[in-house]
Amino acid sequence: MDKESQPLLIKKGAEACLYLADWHGRKVIIKKRLPKKYRLPALDEQIRTYRTIHEPRLMHEAKKAGVPTPTIFMVDVRNATIVMEFIEGKQVKQLLAEVSERQRQELCCKIGALIGKLHRNGIVHGDLTTSNMIQRVDGKIFFVDFGLGEKTEEVEARGVDLHLMKRALQSTHFKFAEECFNAVIEGYSSVLDTEDVKKVLEKIKEIEKRGRYIAERREAN
Amino acid sequence: MRKVNKRSDGYCLGIESTADDFSVGITTFEGEILANVISAYMSPEGGIHPREAARHHAEVANTVIEEAFKKAGIKTKDLSLIAFSQGPGLGPCLRTGATVARALAAYLHIPLVGVNHCVAHIEIGKLKTGAEDPVTLYVSGGNTIVAAFDSGRYRVFGETLDIALGNCLDVFAREAGLRQKTGEPFGAVVEKLAKSGKKFVSLPYTVKGMDMSFSGLLTTAVNMLKKGENKLEDVCYSLQETVFSMVTEVTERALAHTEKKEVLLTGGVAANKRLQSMVKSIAEEHDALFCVVPAQFAVDNGAMIAWTGVLAFTHGVKTSIEESFVRLRWRLEEVEIPWIKKANLY
Repeated sequence: MDKESQPLLIKKGAEACLYLADWHGRKVIIKKRLPKKYRLPALDEQIRTYRTIHEPRLMHEAKKAGVPTPTIFMVDVRNATIVMEFIEGKQVKQLLAEVSERQRQELCCKIGALIGKLHRNGIVHGDLTTSNMIQRVDGKIFFVDFGLGEKTEEVEARGVDLHLMKRALQSTHFKFAEECFNAVIEGYSSVLDTEDVKKVLEKIKEIEKRGRYIAERREAN
Repeated sequence: MRKVNKRSDGYCLGIESTADDFSVGITTFEGEILANVISAYMSPEGGIHPREAARHHAEVANTVIEEAFKKAGIKTKDLSLIAFSQGPGLGPCLRTGATVARALAAYLHIPLVGVNHCVAHIEIGKLKTGAEDPVTLYVSGGNTIVAAFDSGRYRVFGETLDIALGNCLDVFAREAGLRQKTGEPFGAVVEKLAKSGKKFVSLPYTVKGMDMSFSGLLTTAVNMLKKGENKLEDVCYSLQETVFSMVTEVTERALAHTEKKEVLLTGGVAANKRLQSMVKSIAEEHDALFCVVPAQFAVDNGAMIAWTGVLAFTHGVKTSIEESFVRLRWRLEEVEIPWIKKANLY
């Protein structure tokens, strides 16, 4: 077999394995959701099938909404495999640690605007972390990994989406998490109506107050 | 009475009272656990009424402390430190424990240390299993947290967006009219029933990024049961499979992300064998060591507070009476952890 056509495992994630491969002369990413031994086979298949179908669908929708995503070349539901365009660039996770404060602000502001575009078009990403964003060599920012995304206009879902972004910044970029998130919100506000933004921001606050000890919440009410 | 090594650098008494358990533990400064006495409050209607639980704590405090001293074989004058769980938890319960702690520290003229309950769960887990730098899955009636250490603090990688996993199981069991024997957690009742479940019914599987939601799933499961279309055993089975798969997925993602080499399972729900097997499976998948905390130290207990108090105190942390107010929503990642030196940025 031709050595170049051998898929190269580039990331063994928790949810899927990513392979870099040559596919009919194109550099592609093959995303394969492998069965999880710990899950009941029935549940496992349900989750993998669902995500394999929904991810490409949402990526396509995102593109229509003006958010760059890799082009999908093939979907193989039975094998829970997606073949998509390889984006030559750098993860935002890496970039944030390298660039100057001003560049960081700009980058986060751009990301916020892209999230705003998704939400405005009824898409929530479901896993907004800085490792799921890639800046291509030409500067365009691509969003990847829509496996946990959904189509919804609910304020709750939007709030959770941004809350996740905030949490991702806090756990991975805690030194400048706050300034980054503020810039994200700035970009986000430039895309959505002021009223909508207000609702989402309130929701984020509410989400942060949730969790743990519901008895105490009941008591407080 | 047990023999005590009097050459120990000191003894710490820890008080735990964040929720329905009042517990007192005594440890040496070297990490030997001499006593760990737990008194659980059981509400006749199930669930926790914070003020009722707090009253229970106040009533049993004396006897629990006495018993702890008896077990440890030391006297009050041997103590050199008092630790207490300062949060997060239920206000009335926390205040009861804090009051006892303040009184003891003031009476004995020894220092006081306020301990974060979640940090304590991780530290006792490390002490009892030998784990050094794990990804921790902490699942109980009040908390569902996936955390790992990085740059001076335990960072929360994933958590519940609404109710805790243990709470989900408890409420389900109560709604299903299940009975628990004294001292038996509802989770154990569900686990037993789930074993004879065969048919898997689909329930909402809600993982959002690294966070989870259990409330919608709980409602669906309860409704399913009320409609009577499915057997109780099958719903228990499906409920367990779904919620445990969710926390395991998030734990695996944290493990893949941090590339740590240990997974620590703790909290009251850690006793569940099915959950253990799932977490063990992902640990093996990522060449990590699977560690599960022994039951008496996985549930809320005083020993974990005492031991974490020792760690904090010996690294310069002290809590003055003025600062000893309880912190109902004290988050894990707010706490600085000076006793772990390395700053491993992955």
